[in-house]
Amino acid sequence: MDSVLLETRNLHRYFGGLHAVNDVSIKVPQGAIKGVIGPNGAGKTTLFNLIAATIPPQDGEVIFRGKKITALKPHTVACMGIARTFQTTKLFGRMTVLENVMVGRHCRTRCGFIAGMLNLPRTWREDRETKEKALEILYDLGLKDHASETASNLPFGRQRLVEFARALAMEPALLLLDEPAAGLNIYETKELARLILWIRDRGVTCLVVEHDMSLVMTICDDVVVLDQGRKIAEGRPSAVQRNPEVIRIYLGCDDAQNSES
Amino acid sequence: MTQFRRYIPVIAVIAAVVVLQVVLSATHATYYMTQITMSAYYALVVIGLCLLMGYAGQVSLGHAGFFAIGGYTTAVLTTLNLLPYRDTPLVKLCSSLGLIFQRQDIYGADILSFSPWVAFVAALLLAVIIAFLIGLPVIRLKGHYLAMATLGFGLIIYRIVLGGSIFGQADGISNIPPFMILDGLQVNGRVPYRVMNYYIAWSVVAAAMVLAINLVGSRIGRALRSIHENEEAAHSLGVDTYRYKLFIFVLSALFAAVGGVLLTHYNGSIGPSEVTVMKSVRYLVIVAVGGMANLWGALFMGIILNFLSLRGVFGSYDDAVFAIILIVIMLFAPQGLLRMPRLPALWHGLQAREDTAKPVPSEVEGMAVPQKQSGGSNG
Repeated sequence: MDSVLLETRNLHRYFGGLHAVNDVSIKVPQGAIKGVIGPNGAGKTTLFNLIAATIPPQDGEVIFRGKKITALKPHTVACMGIARTFQTTKLFGRMTVLENVMVGRHCRTRCGFIAGMLNLPRTWREDRETKEKALEILYDLGLKDHASETASNLPFGRQRLVEFARALAMEPALLLLDEPAAGLNIYETKELARLILWIRDRGVTCLVVEHDMSLVMTICDDVVVLDQGRKIAEGRPSAVQRNPEVIRIYLGCDDAQNSES
Repeated sequence: MTQFRRYIPVIAVIAAVVVLQVVLSATHATYYMTQITMSAYYALVVIGLCLLMGYAGQVSLGHAGFFAIGGYTTAVLTTLNLLPYRDTPLVKLCSSLGLIFQRQDIYGADILSFSPWVAFVAALLLAVIIAFLIGLPVIRLKGHYLAMATLGFGLIIYRIVLGGSIFGQADGISNIPPFMILDGLQVNGRVPYRVMNYYIAWSVVAAAMVLAINLVGSRIGRALRSIHENEEAAHSLGVDTYRYKLFIFVLSALFAAVGGVLLTHYNGSIGPSEVTVMKSVRYLVIVAVGGMANLWGALFMGIILNFLSLRGVFGSYDDAVFAIILIVIMLFAPQGLLRMPRLPALWHGLQAREDTAKPVPSEVEGMAVPQKQSGGSNG
């Protein structure tokens, strides 16, 4: 239960002269919801990209399920069980909602070019399973009625939900959520919190980058605070909230209430 | 049997092809079939390019190059006279394996050359290898850069063809023998074989269409489209984007090469005019007119536009017409000619606009949430 699913060890990443991620070591226990917070430019998204192998670190390593994944390609990392959503929703706009989620099944299916071109019986079977699985996830997320809609025609909140569905279709062990509440209203953010908790209850460990403090404080078991690329605090949300250094650096002033945004 | 529903249009096209043949034969207008056959071979290039451009979203301005690799390889191998080398072990070995055949040229002199089957396989292999080697670095490029790189490839092939003496330079290569596929079945442009070749060409096109629509509807097809839509997201879902782009590039080159080989045998000749950049642009125009991610549109337009061009309808403004079509399509119907905003769609569009003008009852669409979980407040 307390085993570590993901660990970063002394990660470093520079962009030119900017030390975007500076010696960051974090541990994400299995089944936890871990938050990553910090002011703009703290290196949160860079940390995410390092974990998802979108960009390589200059030093340090990422360990997932006891294996080093630092030198791998993003698609390999994805197939090992790390799913992600993006800060700005990145749906396949001209594909239907169902097709979007079906692409999420890519790693869990086998059928190749030749079998696909010849439309062999095993491709039908596999496609039928893919479709059933995708519909199931759409049902769970209340998107079933939108299955055949073109993804870009959905309202923004639903599009984000489709992105969640797509990521869940991968049956990941770890879900990286990059500012999932960005652009959502208060009501939607509350629903989002319930959704993330529900995802965790299905056995998916979550790592959440978020600006919305109330969301982080409600759902996260554990929070890491980054500032200028460095980890400055880590612990339970309530403890981190009281940490004087966090209040000084992250919130920028002594009066925490005024600075939440 | 929903799996086979996708083949209904193929069957419809085959039926239309048969009807057209009957009508043309009955009206003694079989000469049209020659251009239709040629258009069908060009349509193969277009189908391949449609997969690459329309579905995977990767531009190529070098597809005439792959067509030429197919066409010229078969042309060179089937016209190369091996008679002087008859006694060398290699040629002996090849002829004992049945890879070489003897025939007579138009002056009645004996020629020993590779059989078209050998040339066909060699041409496809060469096209695949070159597409792979070119694609390896080039397919990493995006958008304009990819267009420029493939354009450069097309230009190189053009210069090689124009400068290489074994390619006949500006004259090209002629006296290419017919391609005996089976006994009695041959790719041959002579009048007695007109109807036969009309069906051979359409069979190849139908097969290519079946492979293409299957691919598009498969897991791989979804992955290719997802690359087109958002490469980063596709990558994050586990799609090996580089590998898939490379594969579809090679596959579309293969389609072009097949078209090149067969048309070369059908025409009995090939020249540098098949390799010009304007040919590549033409294929691209046809895919765009057909609606990009629309195989049937590409096929339809590939046949119609090539047929008109081959009939000389566009006169000496041939290339200009294709360029103008491209501009007009991009300006007025970027979704392709077959998906132009028709009146009903326009009407719905207007109605939808009125609807959005009305006040929306609730701004909050709400993020639906799993039913199983209850808890948290309902704002």
